Amino acid sequence: MTQDLRVIGKPRRRVDGRAKVMGQTRFADDLSFPRMLHCKLLRSRYPHARLRSVDVTRALTAPGVHLVLTGADFPIRYGILPVSQDEEPLCLDRVRMVGDPIAAVIARTEDEACAALDLIDVDYEVLTTISDSIEALATPEPRIHDYGDSGNVHKAVALQFGDVDAALGGADHVFEDLFFYEGNTHLALEQHAAVGLLDPDGKLCLYSSTQTPHYVHRALARSLDLAPHRIRVIATPNGGGFGGKSDPFNHEIVVAKAAMLTGRPVKICLTREEVFYCHRGRHPVLMRMKTGVRNDGMIVAMDLETLLDGGAYGSYGVASTFYTGALQTVTYKIPRYRFRGCRTFTNKPPGGPKRGHGTVQPRFGQEIQLDKIAVALGKDPADLRLQQIVEPHSLTANWMRVETIALRACIEKVVERSGWREKWQKLPAGRGVGLACSSYLCGAGLPIYWNDLPHSGVQLKLDRSGLVTLFCGATEIGQGSDDVLAGIVAEILGLDPQDVRLITGDTDLTPVDLGSYSSRVTLMAGNAAIQAAERARMIVSEAAAAKLGVPIERVTFAASRVFDAEDPEKGMTFAEAVSAAESAVGSIGTTGSYRPPVSAAKYKGGGVGPSPSYSYTAAVVEVEVDPATGWLEVPKVWIAHDIGRALNPVLARGQVEGGVYMALGEALMEEQLMRRLPPRLSHALVHKFPSMLEYKSPTTLEMPEVFTDLIEYPEANGPFGAKEVGQGPLLPIMPAIANAVFDAVGVRIDEVPIMPEKILRALKAKDLRVGPAAFPHVDWPEPLDVPPPWEGGDGRARNEKPRKSRVAPSGVRLAPEVTSK
Amino acid sequence: MLVNGEQVEVLFEPYKTLLEILREDLALTGTKHGCELGECGACAVLKDGRPVLSCLLLGVECEGAEIVTVEGLACDARLDPLQEAFADCGAAQCGYCTPGFLVTARALLDEKPEATSAEIAGSLSGNLCRCTGYIQIFEAVELAAKAMGETKR
Repeated sequence: MTQDLRVIGKPRRRVDGRAKVMGQTRFADDLSFPRMLHCKLLRSRYPHARLRSVDVTRALTAPGVHLVLTGADFPIRYGILPVSQDEEPLCLDRVRMVGDPIAAVIARTEDEACAALDLIDVDYEVLTTISDSIEALATPEPRIHDYGDSGNVHKAVALQFGDVDAALGGADHVFEDLFFYEGNTHLALEQHAAVGLLDPDGKLCLYSSTQTPHYVHRALARSLDLAPHRIRVIATPNGGGFGGKSDPFNHEIVVAKAAMLTGRPVKICLTREEVFYCHRGRHPVLMRMKTGVRNDGMIVAMDLETLLDGGAYGSYGVASTFYTGALQTVTYKIPRYRFRGCRTFTNKPPGGPKRGHGTVQPRFGQEIQLDKIAVALGKDPADLRLQQIVEPHSLTANWMRVETIALRACIEKVVERSGWREKWQKLPAGRGVGLACSSYLCGAGLPIYWNDLPHSGVQLKLDRSGLVTLFCGATEIGQGSDDVLAGIVAEILGLDPQDVRLITGDTDLTPVDLGSYSSRVTLMAGNAAIQAAERARMIVSEAAAAKLGVPIERVTFAASRVFDAEDPEKGMTFAEAVSAAESAVGSIGTTGSYRPPVSAAKYKGGGVGPSPSYSYTAAVVEVEVDPATGWLEVPKVWIAHDIGRALNPVLARGQVEGGVYMALGEALMEEQLMRRLPPRLSHALVHKFPSMLEYKSPTTLEMPEVFTDLIEYPEANGPFGAKEVGQGPLLPIMPAIANAVFDAVGVRIDEVPIMPEKILRALKAKDLRVGPAAFPHVDWPEPLDVPPPWEGGDGRARNEKPRKSRVAPSGVRLAPEVTSK
Repeated sequence: MLVNGEQVEVLFEPYKTLLEILREDLALTGTKHGCELGECGACAVLKDGRPVLSCLLLGVECEGAEIVTVEGLACDARLDPLQEAFADCGAAQCGYCTPGFLVTARALLDEKPEATSAEIAGSLSGNLCRCTGYIQIFEAVELAAKAMGETKR
């Protein structure tokens, strides 16, 4: 079937394109219902305080006010990870950051709700504020949370794969570097919004701009103590997500509760300032990276420590922590590896998953360090990488299973297209090129909560009209998940993708899909769609074969017809074929589902990092630096991405270019900075930039020329061979820019954002570098001792206490037959 | 005001912005709000043919004005060439910034049907898009300009 694909791989308009260009896509804030009330949240002005009292008496009698809620109305905590149920829909007796919600006013209009917020009297007892990880380590008391590994350490983990110290001791050279990655935020253009209401039958319904309706569904059931089948969550198309709408949020739970209490629709739309408080963006991460190499540049071991500034809540933080160590091994062969990661609580909006979740920061360090190694050993950085690429279909030191890997082709492509060999170390002063590579998941191998259920489900309904309706919990956040599903079904059933009707992201109507995160939708929902479509095709084929009187193998689907492959005139319309099938077997509905392969990593923490496949990317960036001012411009980017197969090349290229764009923002300007108010103003820790005016992001004028190549080596685990493209292409850009700056003016900027003043500072520094100077002492736990596969291990830690298996041992893949296209 | 070719009369509080009137009083939700302070361009509409930021413009300033929003770009059920090109080129990913880009590009091409790449980038520099990296937006505007040029000939 792959020989003559009609839809897959062809550039075409996305199925939701027309609605989007007409302004007809209905985002959450575009929804309006009769008798709808409006909700506003009173948010803490202190970064850390005990709430002595919250008095809402005056607000309750304000004009237009229907309801005022406080923490007392929400006794149950919630959070995205089962191990970090530390958020309160409204804070009960403590606020942990500026912006924490204390009370909610539900009123006839937004204006009336805002006015009533001013009438709520809060008595705060201000507590010590912790502003970053280093302070958090030095300040165990007061604890921001009463759980966590110790003091204000949320999580400290240590994993060791082989005797790293011995390997480093025997290395010809050991490179030790410190890097710092500043936090930044998603800045999706759409602010979070939600509407809660009661269906006519009294069931709760929540519309929300969320990437993860299934997890919101679970959080509502838990925090409101409701039976899940009495709750419906509808994910509206997201006006950009990038990871920022992956957590269940307090405002969603509040409007759901308010709708239940008032019996009326209740809407909230956050202001841009409030979106900065939601955050869940890139963790600020300090890194110490020690890498041993032989004289020929081959890596013998890596020792990585990461320190994450987690902010005020757990969020995805435990996963984020493991992700800062999970994927160092999947690009270049690292025979022995040690990773220690620590996440601290601080009084700031919580870090979470932003595009590249946790892997971006250490990738930045690793790719700069490789550049330093290449320069020190007199090797071309491209060659240094090419000589030690991980083998396809192999296990890494930390037991990640790599399937196809087209990193070599990616590097060769960008080297050739950019003229790397003629440019590196050869451009005039002030101009330079830098190269970097990366890898990312095609879907997390494990769900957020332990279970043995499918990660993705698709149902198809076919009827005599010829219409195919697809039901899937996947959530359209702009990345094109609807288009992927429609394209796959259209390919298999010989239809035009624009003719497929999609019902997605609705927990009442659609089978569960875990959500639009970890670049999982194309691979997982895509495979489920293949299975459902193949089953439908079989049913229709049988009826058509009988009607045409031809063997079933000859029945072909194309151009909305079903016909004899050997005599295409002999056939019928797709609708007639479905009619025949409906008459033969009754109503037609098929299902498909997908669950990833069982991971080889059996040690604790090995649940973060495994994926059915990894995508790979290589990039060369050209920069121009003015040594007098430090001004940095990026005129050109060459990028090649190992995508397996581009299902719709228009959208795939858009994801690559969008990733490059977002990376430029992180590399050059974006930073989530906080500052302390002077003591007379409470010494509070507040955002420096809680607005789009001051949080700078790239405009049309900063966008360089981007030369994109999609490298297509089909991946057996991917639908039609496809891998992810939404996150991976962001990763190599920041280190490539840092490396290019070195090539241009000879200074190392070992942190982001790389701003002109830092380049100037580095040019004046004795060591020609700007970056962190020290890594604080962390009380690391004893590392789990997991021998790498080539040292006789079985994926388990030698020193780990046996755990109860929380996943059914069967590990049967639900859709193995559909993955070998 | 004349909104998308139709004469409308709206009664509103004097502090309301044009954006609020369009979205809340006229149910024209195609125009978006992104930043509340004129930085992102998601709220752009045409006022008397020029792109304006409707979140910074009071409704009372628009009395008698001709306003065009994204809903007014298509001619009956036929899409504007810019809309066709945006849909075909991948210029709309999440689609939230798209209405603002479309009307801004519309004003550019009305004034300069053969705008250069630099002029396109320059005229769209007040609109932020977090998804596309702008390149497919540039391509769409160029494609639409070409399509419109061919129709004229």
